[in-house]
Parts: sequence; C-alpha cells; structure tokens
Amino acid sequence: MTSPIASHLGLRVLHQASLLLFAVVLVVFGMLSPAFLQTSNMVNILIQTSSTGILAVGMTFVLLTAGVDLSVGAIMFVAAAVGGKLILGGWAFGGVLAIMLGIGVLFGALNALFITRLAIMAFVVTLATRYFGRGLGLRITETRAMNLPESFYELGAARLLGVPVPVLIFAGVVLLAHLALTRTPFGRQVYAVGTDVEAARKAGINTGAVRFSVYAICGLCAAAAGIVALSQAPAVSPSFGNNREFMAIAAAVLGGTSLFGGRGAVFPGTVLGAVLIQTIENGLNVLNVNPYLYPLITSGVIFVAVLLDAIRSRVLAQANRRRIYTVAQPD
Amino acid sequence: MIEFAHIEKSFFGVNVLKDVSLAVKPGQTVGLVGENGAGKSTLMNILGGNVRADAGEMRLDGQPYAPDSPRDAERAGIAFIHQELNLFSTLSIAENLFIGGFPRSRSWLPFINRRQMLQRTRSLLAEVNLPHAPDTLIERLSAGERQLVEIAKALALDARLIILDEPTTSLTARETERLFAILARLRARGLSLIYISHSLDHVLRLCDQIVVLRDGAVVANEPAVRFAMDRLVSLMVGREITQLFPPRAARPTKEVVLDVRDVAQPGIVRGIAFQLCRGEVLGLSGLMGAGRSELARILFGLDPCAAGDIRLEGESIRHLPASERIERGLAFLTEDRRAEGLCPEASIADNVTLVALPRLLRSWLGWLDRPRVAAEVRRMREAVKLTPTARDGQPVKTLSGGNQQKVVLAKWLLQEPKVFLLDEPTRGIDVGARYEVYRLIRQLAARGTGVLLISSEVEELLGMCDRILVMRGGAIRDTIEPHEFDRERILRAALHHGGLA
Repeated sequence: MTSPIASHLGLRVLHQASLLLFAVVLVVFGMLSPAFLQTSNMVNILIQTSSTGILAVGMTFVLLTAGVDLSVGAIMFVAAAVGGKLILGGWAFGGVLAIMLGIGVLFGALNALFITRLAIMAFVVTLATRYFGRGLGLRITETRAMNLPESFYELGAARLLGVPVPVLIFAGVVLLAHLALTRTPFGRQVYAVGTDVEAARKAGINTGAVRFSVYAICGLCAAAAGIVALSQAPAVSPSFGNNREFMAIAAAVLGGTSLFGGRGAVFPGTVLGAVLIQTIENGLNVLNVNPYLYPLITSGVIFVAVLLDAIRSRVLAQANRRRIYTVAQPD
Repeated sequence: MIEFAHIEKSFFGVNVLKDVSLAVKPGQTVGLVGENGAGKSTLMNILGGNVRADAGEMRLDGQPYAPDSPRDAERAGIAFIHQELNLFSTLSIAENLFIGGFPRSRSWLPFINRRQMLQRTRSLLAEVNLPHAPDTLIERLSAGERQLVEIAKALALDARLIILDEPTTSLTARETERLFAILARLRARGLSLIYISHSLDHVLRLCDQIVVLRDGAVVANEPAVRFAMDRLVSLMVGREITQLFPPRAARPTKEVVLDVRDVAQPGIVRGIAFQLCRGEVLGLSGLMGAGRSELARILFGLDPCAAGDIRLEGESIRHLPASERIERGLAFLTEDRRAEGLCPEASIADNVTLVALPRLLRSWLGWLDRPRVAAEVRRMREAVKLTPTARDGQPVKTLSGGNQQKVVLAKWLLQEPKVFLLDEPTRGIDVGARYEVYRLIRQLAARGTGVLLISSEVEELLGMCDRILVMRGGAIRDTIEPHEFDRERILRAALHHGGLA
C-alpha cells in the first residue's frame, strides 16, 4: 500500500502540475529567445489567450458536472457568421453583439434540452450540434470568408486604463465565473452534481436545472469568445472556431479540472491552463518553429493534460478506497 | 414520537416485513438487530421515505406520517445516516451541511452568506466535537470524522430522530468511542435515535430498548437491560427451514485444487489461508462488509493481492490476470449479476458463449464455428434448464432473475471450471430457480469442481456445504466441519461473540 503521506505529497504535486509546467515553459522559451520574455510579448500572450480562455471558462462549468460540450467551436462560428451578416447589413454594433450572445445561449439551451430532458449523452448531443452548427455557419457565409468593418477591430485595439479590451473582457468573465462557482448556491451545486448526481438529487438539488444552466453558460461563453476572436482578426472564414473545443477542454483539464466531474476551478486553474497553452503556441511562433509541427505539439499538450487527470483520479480513488478493517481494530 | 403499526412489505412476492409494530419515544435510543435480510433496512427505508409500505401506517407525534421522498422525511425531522455516507468529497464541511439550502446574504443577491454559514457550521461542529475549520474539504477527513459531519448535517436540519445504519464498521476503536460520546450528548438533549448494527456489544451499551427482527417479524422488543449477548444471538437465529436441498451425491476428495496461502491486501483482507478440494463445496459466511466478495475478487484476479500466494492445481496464479486464470479453470459468478455478470442487451446465445468463444473457432483464421456455437448453446440451455419459451437471440434483460442467473451459470459451466467462485448465487431469485442452482452446484461438485459458495443465508450454507468458513473484518475467524454445523456458532463467529471465534 502506498502510504497516505506519499499519496498526499503526490496529490500536492499533481495539483500544482500546471504551475510547474508553466514555469518550465517560461524558462525554456526564455533561454531560447530573449524576445519571448519581453513585456510586450507577455501582454500579447494575454490578448491571444482571451478568446480560448473565455471558451475554456464556459467549458469548465460543463466539465465540473462531468459533462462535455464539443459544440463550442461551432457556436462561435454560427454567432460570428450571423453577427457578420448583420453588421454588413448595417445593424448597430451593440445590437449585433447582443444577438450574437443570444445565439450562444440558444445553442447551449438546445444542447441542454437534449441532454437533460431526453437523457442523451452529452458527448453525442454536442457532437451532433457541432456538425449542425458548422453546417449552418457555412450556409450563412456561403462558404466564403467574410471581412468585417472597423467596429470589431476597434474593439480589439481599444484600451481601458492601458489594458487591452479583450483582456478586460476575459478578466470580467473569469471574475463572474469565479464568483458564481465559489460564492453562490448554484456554483456549489454544480460541484455537488459533478461529484455524485444521485447524492445531489437526494440532497434536494434540482439536478436538471443545474445541468441545463451549465450548457447555457457554456454557449454564452462560446459566443463571447467568438466576439473576442473577431476583435483580433475581423473576418469570418469557413474554418472560424474550428477545433477550438479541444483547446478549451485541454486548457480546463491542464488547469486541474477533472473530466470525471466535481473537481476543478476557473481561477487560477482554467486561466492558467489557457495561458499555458497560448504561451507554448506563442513561444513556438517566436522561435519560428515549423508551423506543421504545431498540431503535433498541441496533441502532446492535450495528451499530457488528460494523462495528468487520469493519474490524479487514480491517486484520489486509492486514497478514498473503502476499508474493511482498520489497523487499530483488534483481531 | 414515531410509531409503526402493522407495517407490511413484500418484494417480488416475498414477504419482507410482516405485521411490524414498534414505537420510539422522545429521547430514546432504540437498537434494531437482526440477521442480513431480516428486514431492518426495508423498515428504515420506509421510515426514511425511500420505500412505501404495502400496508400499515406510521404515526409521528400522533399524526399520520407517510413520506414520499427522503426530503419529506427530513422536513418531518427524520434524518437517515446511511452506511455509505452521502457527502460530497470535493466540497467543504460547511457546504455539505447547507447544500440543500444555503443562507443568503441578501435575498436579491445570489451570493451565499459565508459568514453566517461558517458561523453556524462552527457551532454545529462544536456540538459534535469536531475541531476542524468549517471550510475543510471532506476528502481531508477520516471515515470517523465524516460520520460526525453526517450527524452535524442531521442537526443542521433540526432532526429530532436520527437513524444510524452500521455507523461503526469503518471506524477505529477511538473513533467509535468519540461517536458514542456524542450520541450520548444528543440523547441527553432529547433526540431520539434508531441504531442499526451487527456489533451487538455496541447495541447493548448504547440503547435503551432493543428490537430483534427475524424474517421480517418482530421477535423481541424489550428494554436493553433484559438482554444479554447470548439471548440476542439466539433470538436472531432460528429461522425455519423452508428450502429443500438436493441430496449430496458424493463425498469430496482430499485432492487440493485451490490452495490459498496467507493472502492479504491492506485494509481489505488479511491472513487468508484455506484449501479447497476437488468436489468440495466450501461455504464462506460472514456479514455484509466482512470482505467475502472482496476476497473472491482477489482470488479471481480483479483486485490486487499484496501478499501471500494463490495456487491452482499446485501452480501459482497470483500474478496472472483474470483472463489467464479463466483459461486455467477459474470461474466467478458475481454478486451483482446485472451490472457485472451479464451483458443485458446481448442475446442469451451471446452471453452463454461469451467466455468460450475463443474455443469455438472454425479454423486458425478465427471465424466462428456457428453450428458448433448453436449446439453448445442448446446443450447448456438443457443443462441449466433454462425456460424453453425464450429464443436464443432474445436479450437476457427480458428474462426473469432466475433465468438470468441460469444464463450466467451456463456461461461458466461451458468452461468446465476446476474452481467455481459463487457470490450470492441465489440472491433475488425464486424458489424454483434456487433449487436448480443448488442442483447445478451439486452436479459440478460431483464432477470434481471445487466450489466456493459465498452466501449471507446461513440456511443455504448448512444445506449445501461440506465445510464452512466464517469471515469477519477481512479475516477468516472460524472453520466449521459438518459435524459441528450450527447456526449459532456461525453467527457468533461472524459477530465476534461467545469466545468460539
């Protein structure tokens, strides 16, 4: 038997794994390229993180209930496609943003409806909506890239008190999510549902409503991520948001959120995971690594993230195993 | 404060509770004892709102009380602390206490009033003598401490009656003392307790009144001072024999087929040593949670084995995976056939041949020899007397419990196992199918298979076995030869009383 002390130590290390990885990445890239550690590049990393980060925050809610949402990239795409059309059609910027967010919630609610009401596995439902969303987006954009007017670009370039607006939006989302998860009854119930749905139901929690809400929140975050992504590159291409769901899942899991539910946090967890992933991509950029290697490195990151989660879960399961006798019990 | 009057309940035509009447007064601690399957859990599930009674009524403070859900029971002031605790391991103590209804800071804000929550938690934790910070995560607590959190949770709900189901099984001696001190305090404050346990010394120490259930009926309901250990045990046993067993065909041989040498796995089982002979039916008795199923899983290779050796026909199989142990002649019928023993959606034929498929090939290419598969299925169906109305292609989930069990048996019989581990093979099946299962066990033994029969029904063990081992707390406490077969002796060893162990 592994001693409880050893497994506690192991857990400590596992809990801090993303922080350790982050330190390693900073040191390695910093040594390889002096430009990497400059403040301007660090700010750049934060700006680049904001879109994936917001996506990952929404994903964290879903993962905490032991669910998954594979449709967030597609939701980004549909929201951006509709938003682009409306903007080009002369609609007011603010109204367009509101409609985009509404589309996100709608998609999330659609997912939630199938998952909670019809009791279909989240994996299957969101895979279906993922294809539905991508198809819908392609239809709206007529599979052409759509260049958007200045308004989005201005949003991305703007600064408030010296902080770039995308970073501010990201920070705002993180703050709200963090408060919701740690300080409201709803947030604590999200964790309870993820730990043990049956026990949660017995405790009188409306598990259906909780699970419904997390998918709606995830959809909302996806639309917001779409807006922030547009603010950095104001064009809707047919591959907009493609495969971003996997980066979002990887970010959340790297940050310590478990795919098995009930365990994890938006701050610092998911934020750190998202920044870590973006830092790696940025570092590879700065070092001029062959772009064709990116997918390989990304796959490595996702693998590490899931491996960490699996090890963590195993160590925890071992620590919590049921005892039949205790050492102190007489023979 | 609570009264049961003429409660009746049956499951699948079996009478689990027969005309049960009893009462718990305010501030009283009532002990509920009885063998496995005596009806204790069912009775408490009715009180806790998990199950509805078929007949009879309950009265709470004189008013009719019929809860539809555990929430109803909680609202009425009845808290049920299950053996398997209902806590969320990743939440804090405070959050677990208030998960059903958090205090709010202001009604229009969605935020939890943490100050109030922590303060109330602190005072509740003080009541149960748990010196932990309210925001400590549950996973940081020991089993005993979690038990105290459950009690605090009951207090947070203003419970007036707390049901405790086997609260001490995973506690150390010191933790048990601590729990008892707290229970004494709660009792002094006027709380009523119903205490269910197999630890009779605990029951005698703690309770004012003791109710003994046997076969779903109350056989004694008297003040605790009138009981002694011996009397309790003899009241618990003495069930009438209602089951017939097929006659013994042959005596077991002296040829050892399975040799278990000092097998141990920390926290699960320790010092397990026994030999199983060809043709022998070896019984394994013990209370729930004694480690019987866990031992079977270790022998079969599903769980790790930290020390000792397991030898099948003289060869060590300790380090082999389950698949190779099956190849060498080990078979295992699990306790939970729906979850572990069957593929419920798959057909009868597929389930029967599941293990044997690698042997039913046409050639080295690996195609299935379908005529032979069909022939084997037919042969096995006859061997276990499966209902003739079912088609081979029918999903097994559509079969009755008894027929499902026959499918599991057929699957393993096809292997012609050398050693067959059977974990509660007759649980939840009707009398006719039971007899078939017994007949098959006899047949197997007659053909030289060594059978390890795990059962909670002492009757079944006495009727079927050539020898009986009794487990308690992860260890074998007694080995009983046929000429010493005695219900009380088994129960004593399982409960740890009377010095025979």
